[in-house]
Amino acid sequence: MEKKISKPNDERRKKNPLPVQSNQPANCIIAMNVVATTHTLPALEAEWSHDDAFHIVEQLSKPIHRNLEPVGPHYLAHARRKRHHRTFSEDDRIVAAQQAKNVEDADSGEISEPEDPLLLSRDPKDWKNQDHYAVLGLSKYRWKATDEQIKKAHRKKVLKHHPDKKAAAGGIDDDNFFKCIQKAMEILTDPVKRRQYDSVDEFADVEPPSRKAKGNIYKLWNPVFDSEGRFSKKKPVPRFGDDKSTKPEVEEFYNFWYNFDSWRTFEYLDEDVPDDNENRDQKRHVERKNKAARAKRKTEDTARLRKIVDDALAMDVRLQKFRKEEKLQKDAKKIAREAEEKRLAEEAKKKAEEEAKRKEEEEAALKASKADAKKAKEAAKNAAKKNKRVLRKGAEDANYFHPDGAAPPDVINNVLADVELLITKLDNEELDVVAKKLAGLKVADDIKGILVDSIHTTVSKGSAKESDYKALI
Amino acid sequence: MSDSDEPQQKTVIGIAFGNSNSSIAFTGPDGKAEVIANEEGDRQIPSVLSYVGDEEYHGAQAKSHLVRNPRNTIAFFRDYLGKSFAAVDPTNAHSSAHPIQHDTGVAFSVQEKTDEDPATLTVSEVTTRHIKRLSDSAADFLGKPIDGCVITVPTDFSESQRKLLSEASKGCGLTVLQIIHEPVAALLAYAAREETSHPGDKTVLVVDVGGTRTDAAVIAARGGMYTLLATQHDYELGGRQFDEVLVDHFSKEFMKKHKTDPRENERSLAKLRLECENTKKTLSLSTSSQISIESLADGFDFHSSVNRLRYELLSKKLVDQVVGLVESVVKKADMDLMDINEVILAGGTSHTPKVATRIQQLFPSTTVVQSPATSTTAINPAELCARGAAIQASLIAEFEAEDIEQSTHPAVTVTPHLTKSLGVVIASPTGTNDKAEDKVYVFLESETAVPARRTATFIGTREGGDVLIRIVEVRKESVDVTPTKEEKAKINGVNEDDEDDDEDFDEDDEDEKVFKRVTEVERVIAEAELKDVKKGAKVEVMLNVAGDLTLTVTARVVGGQGGVRGTVPGLTL
Repeated sequence: MEKKISKPNDERRKKNPLPVQSNQPANCIIAMNVVATTHTLPALEAEWSHDDAFHIVEQLSKPIHRNLEPVGPHYLAHARRKRHHRTFSEDDRIVAAQQAKNVEDADSGEISEPEDPLLLSRDPKDWKNQDHYAVLGLSKYRWKATDEQIKKAHRKKVLKHHPDKKAAAGGIDDDNFFKCIQKAMEILTDPVKRRQYDSVDEFADVEPPSRKAKGNIYKLWNPVFDSEGRFSKKKPVPRFGDDKSTKPEVEEFYNFWYNFDSWRTFEYLDEDVPDDNENRDQKRHVERKNKAARAKRKTEDTARLRKIVDDALAMDVRLQKFRKEEKLQKDAKKIAREAEEKRLAEEAKKKAEEEAKRKEEEEAALKASKADAKKAKEAAKNAAKKNKRVLRKGAEDANYFHPDGAAPPDVINNVLADVELLITKLDNEELDVVAKKLAGLKVADDIKGILVDSIHTTVSKGSAKESDYKALI
Repeated sequence: MSDSDEPQQKTVIGIAFGNSNSSIAFTGPDGKAEVIANEEGDRQIPSVLSYVGDEEYHGAQAKSHLVRNPRNTIAFFRDYLGKSFAAVDPTNAHSSAHPIQHDTGVAFSVQEKTDEDPATLTVSEVTTRHIKRLSDSAADFLGKPIDGCVITVPTDFSESQRKLLSEASKGCGLTVLQIIHEPVAALLAYAAREETSHPGDKTVLVVDVGGTRTDAAVIAARGGMYTLLATQHDYELGGRQFDEVLVDHFSKEFMKKHKTDPRENERSLAKLRLECENTKKTLSLSTSSQISIESLADGFDFHSSVNRLRYELLSKKLVDQVVGLVESVVKKADMDLMDINEVILAGGTSHTPKVATRIQQLFPSTTVVQSPATSTTAINPAELCARGAAIQASLIAEFEAEDIEQSTHPAVTVTPHLTKSLGVVIASPTGTNDKAEDKVYVFLESETAVPARRTATFIGTREGGDVLIRIVEVRKESVDVTPTKEEKAKINGVNEDDEDDDEDFDEDDEDEKVFKRVTEVERVIAEAELKDVKKGAKVEVMLNVAGDLTLTVTARVVGGQGGVRGTVPGLTL
């Protein structure tokens, strides 16, 4: 079984090869595969015996169900067809349409700028003054253009301006612009050269607004710093921000820009150094001059940037706002603090007053209670006096317990001595009880009985002895 | 800025998770898969984890701990994943941490931290850690976090094992986009290298001689779609057995000199085994190799050398086993050895030249054997799976998880396959109608998944006139095309200088018959007539078989007008 898969003839140009479109992604299978065989088909020998040009004999044998390995681009194409119920040709059409759209999308959009006729007639020898980005049609991207974009733009430009193509179109053999394209590509694809060019790429600069400029400062300054930020060695570069930026953000911004670390170099503007075979001194002289010029430009650039930041700082209303806010905050704090102090003082005063009042009240109460106690004492004293009198009167009323007639003085004496003794032995309450028992009693024996009883109780309490009493017992 | 708005391209890698070695690969922007070296510069990263002190070692470092610290070194754990303790064969782990029983299946007990009790690590946990290390290595190499991966597994991995692997990977934060079969990944690695976007039909045998096991699979590759026809596994045949042959050889040599057997001491055996593995690898590249081990056993140093011939003699039995496995898998697929168009040798042990040459001898010379020993353009067999996985990963990187799920669902993968090849009868080129000639040009080989479509152009007829297009089902036959005595003499006549050998050659040749596989018409399906084809004009014929086996035939003269179109209705299934 011989098979030969046809291969497209590989035509390659020796000089300046045309860039070939990158290979299709592996998962996109578009064109139908036609195997060209060297076999011959049999000639129809006998007469065709059927009515139709196509004659069915039998059906295909029964299939067997097996599990496909879900792997590989062709399987994915199969899965896509099966899931969306597409036939081969439908799927081919849809995929091809999609791919065409993708290619179109990639081509249009980014890199399609009208070409300036002046640019087209540039002298390639004057490449130092050439705008490399404009040559490739990337002037709106400039330093932001990615390597991928540059590659694509270059391919597109080359396809258009290749000298062979121009010659084929019957034009004159003019490859000047093509040389410009190649030079631009050379510089932009070399990272070192691209940096050197970007360093002096004035078209990418955004003019800072003058100090007197009116309007939205954020709109004025953000593009300036975004563009200057491209020279920063440190990434990310903080943005100028807007009126919602916080104080630390703004402070960080100015900190960053006052300590700006730039990779900007000015080698691109160097004067051409003569070859070695010319005067060596001359060469060194030019080199020295270049070095000095670079240093000077660098210093100037640093000063320029500093001025820009100064200007921005001067115009930055946010700083005033922050100061104001801070002052307000401070004031507010102060007011709050004072209010607090006042409140505390008032509270202390109130407390002291309350304290004094309480003390006063306490003192008054004490005084009152003292007075009461004194009165009660007096009353008790009076009562005791009265009771004592009642006792003595009782003894007197009972004629000193003498049976008849006037009692002799020694009897009176003894009885009174006993009564006095009893009085001393009784406390005020007992005295009161005894006095109440005695009140109204006239009969001598009853009185004597009560007195004797109370003597007995005093004796039983042990405060007196029976022997102390002479008359009543 | 424009570039930040664009969707970030996902970083996806392919992981070949092997029982002895793993490798990682990614697909570069140019669409070529590259295998990533880990921090130590290894592209074959041993699937070994070792715990020493408070440190975890991985890869080659961990492997060297098999000598010093075997009980805390986990190796050969892949095949234990998702299996019950009773079902695993612990032989391979004899000289490393032993598997122990655990609720979830198998686990290992290792001293993970110095001052703690030994920790019990399940196989899933070990797998998670292993994949984490692999993913970290890849992230370090690429300088980007890894978003997803495709992992390869042997064809006998069960659904639950796949699920566990997927979960284990998720455990370390790596999403598994898809799990694919190792032989298919190997095939994909070769298929991606071919330049044509329309791969032809071929039947491929993938032999994966790994570290601890050997797998063989017959795959029908039809227009870039792959169907596994048969698989065969030998769990006791692999690189370790080849090492063991050398271990025995050197042990005997050592015993002769020093009267002590290094195999009796665990540490000596581990040392010897490690060195023998290196020796084996060297022998795949050069014809002789040195081995030198300091203080192998009883304090004796050991220096010796071995040449490839000796090694091949020693390992003959093992190579025979590989060949036997190959033969049995082809038989299992119900095929003839001559039906195999390509043999892909995968797995590290495939570097062994003898394995490749013996397999080459088994097949006719037209069969390509992809291995370093037989083909200069072969890809490193140890890297095939990782590359294939990386290619698959790059293909599905942008897919949503649901898309992948749907695309790999059985509803999509289970497809009717043709049981018979389908072709068009061709005229005999010589006009003699020899037996040893193809009678039919095959459009769709048997085992082609339908729907399928093929187109071919023929040279009309020799004389011009009407052309017959007869669509037939094909039978393949082996025809004896052994040269006759006279023909042989003619061939041998060239070598008249070495007459001594002549006799031997003749004897050999008499037994050996040469066969050729030719196509024969089995059943006619349909006929079509194409009128008035000019002499030398090209005729294009397209066969399209739909999912329900409806056959549509379209034939036309290239550049001409009109043509024939007919449909054979499909089966009511």
